[in-house]
Amino acid sequence: MSVARFWRETPRRYNLGGSKCTMCGTVYFPPRAVCPECTSHRQSIEKMVPYQLSGEGEVISYTIVHDAAEGFEMQVPYALGLVKTPEGPVLTGQIVDIEPETVAIGLKVRATFRKLREEGASGVIHYGYKFTPLDESGILPSARGPAAPAPAKDAPGPERTST
Amino acid sequence: MEAGIVSYGAYVPRHRITPTEIGRVWGVDGEAMGLGLNVRRKSVPAPDEDTITISTEALRTALVRGAIDPQQIGALYVGSESHPYAVKPSATVVAQAVGATPNLTAADFEFACKAGTAAIQTCLGLVGAGMIRYGVAIGADTSQGAPGDALEYSASAGGAAFVIGKERVICRVERTTSYTTDTPDFWRREGQRYPSHGGRFTGEPAYFRHVTECAHRIMEASGTTPKDYQHVVFHQPNGKFPQRVGKQLGFTDPQMRYGLVTPAIGNTYSAAALIGLANVLDHAHPGERILMVGYGSGAGSDAFDLETTDAIASFEKGYGRPVEYYLENGVELSYAMYAKFRGKIHMGGE
Repeated sequence: MSVARFWRETPRRYNLGGSKCTMCGTVYFPPRAVCPECTSHRQSIEKMVPYQLSGEGEVISYTIVHDAAEGFEMQVPYALGLVKTPEGPVLTGQIVDIEPETVAIGLKVRATFRKLREEGASGVIHYGYKFTPLDESGILPSARGPAAPAPAKDAPGPERTST
Repeated sequence: MEAGIVSYGAYVPRHRITPTEIGRVWGVDGEAMGLGLNVRRKSVPAPDEDTITISTEALRTALVRGAIDPQQIGALYVGSESHPYAVKPSATVVAQAVGATPNLTAADFEFACKAGTAAIQTCLGLVGAGMIRYGVAIGADTSQGAPGDALEYSASAGGAAFVIGKERVICRVERTTSYTTDTPDFWRREGQRYPSHGGRFTGEPAYFRHVTECAHRIMEASGTTPKDYQHVVFHQPNGKFPQRVGKQLGFTDPQMRYGLVTPAIGNTYSAAALIGLANVLDHAHPGERILMVGYGSGAGSDAFDLETTDAIASFEKGYGRPVEYYLENGVELSYAMYAKFRGKIHMGGE
């Protein structure tokens, strides 16, 4: 890939920069200049605004890659997933930091920033999003509900058993 | 000083290798080596991780925790001795990846293991002078020791990012002092894959002299003694040096408890003292005093006299993993997998 072509794509690869139709609210990734959902496509021209995805999502399908594309040989076997985002778009991305055999449909993930490939030993290094399993520490404070009231000190927790 | 730490985040890759496993390959008693260095495991970056990705993860955590608008960052510095490019800044990629471009100044720092603390000092100056609102200082590395070399048992990967500002400061910087000399204890020449070092020369005339001199100078200037600090963090090339220098200076094990992280993750170089500080802040309550003394070969020390504020009590620690998670978790690798991950296997060509 040419340096210029990758550079043009950095907003979406680095920051999941998509677009949103201000007419109907549909979110697109990669970004679109025209909204195909709107009945009159022409009306949406210049009504599309940049929109950054949160990076959270759920695996709706996946495959385990054993015969890798050039540049990914060191990582086989690895999981490549289709991730449905809460904003709407479905993204394709590698799922890292997990044993591939434990990836499952329904797995909650979040975007992480990784090296995608290198153009040989002297070429540029391409970076972008991959997905990593989402645990509690990855949930954005804004996405959390109000804090649950702390349980009373004497209340028996589920892990406590009387002996 | 008006400027202080507003937010922070740390990141350590998922994989680990033990000194026992490394020693098995080189015909050395790795267990004894690990005990001697006080290193139980060291972190290993995945093939798709480097200083830039580690820095980005750490900074993204810090920005969410501090609810900081990346467009308000006026300076971003990445301190490392393993920048992926010899020419082309790591800082520009990180700045773009967190949405901080284009209205900021950015640069890469290198000073062996203390480039991250040097970046903090630079940010303190810029924020203090009113030139910028927030400054970001990152220390991150994916360091390598030559196969079989003593360094291979400790050189690891990790990063920590600190946001420096004047508003909502969670940890005040009362003072910072440095001690710098030309001391060739450890180096890597241009184009060389692995660093070289002066063996035992890295000890007394290098690490111990600079750390103790710098610690004495800052405590003298602040009018403090070791008893005045709840926590102390030293640069930690292994688990032994910081323990010994702490004892020499008169600090106790409880003061070093949270600041010493190398035994569980190895020497993260530019991130070592900073991940130690992040762990201290993870546990600290308001009004606790912290002494941090970094060290970089070549050689110099940066010391910081710090005190947590009331704001740390309400600081958002729930987002991003606490340092303790990285100390306790990890997936162990065989030496063969480690060699593959770190590019130590010759694949032919070139």
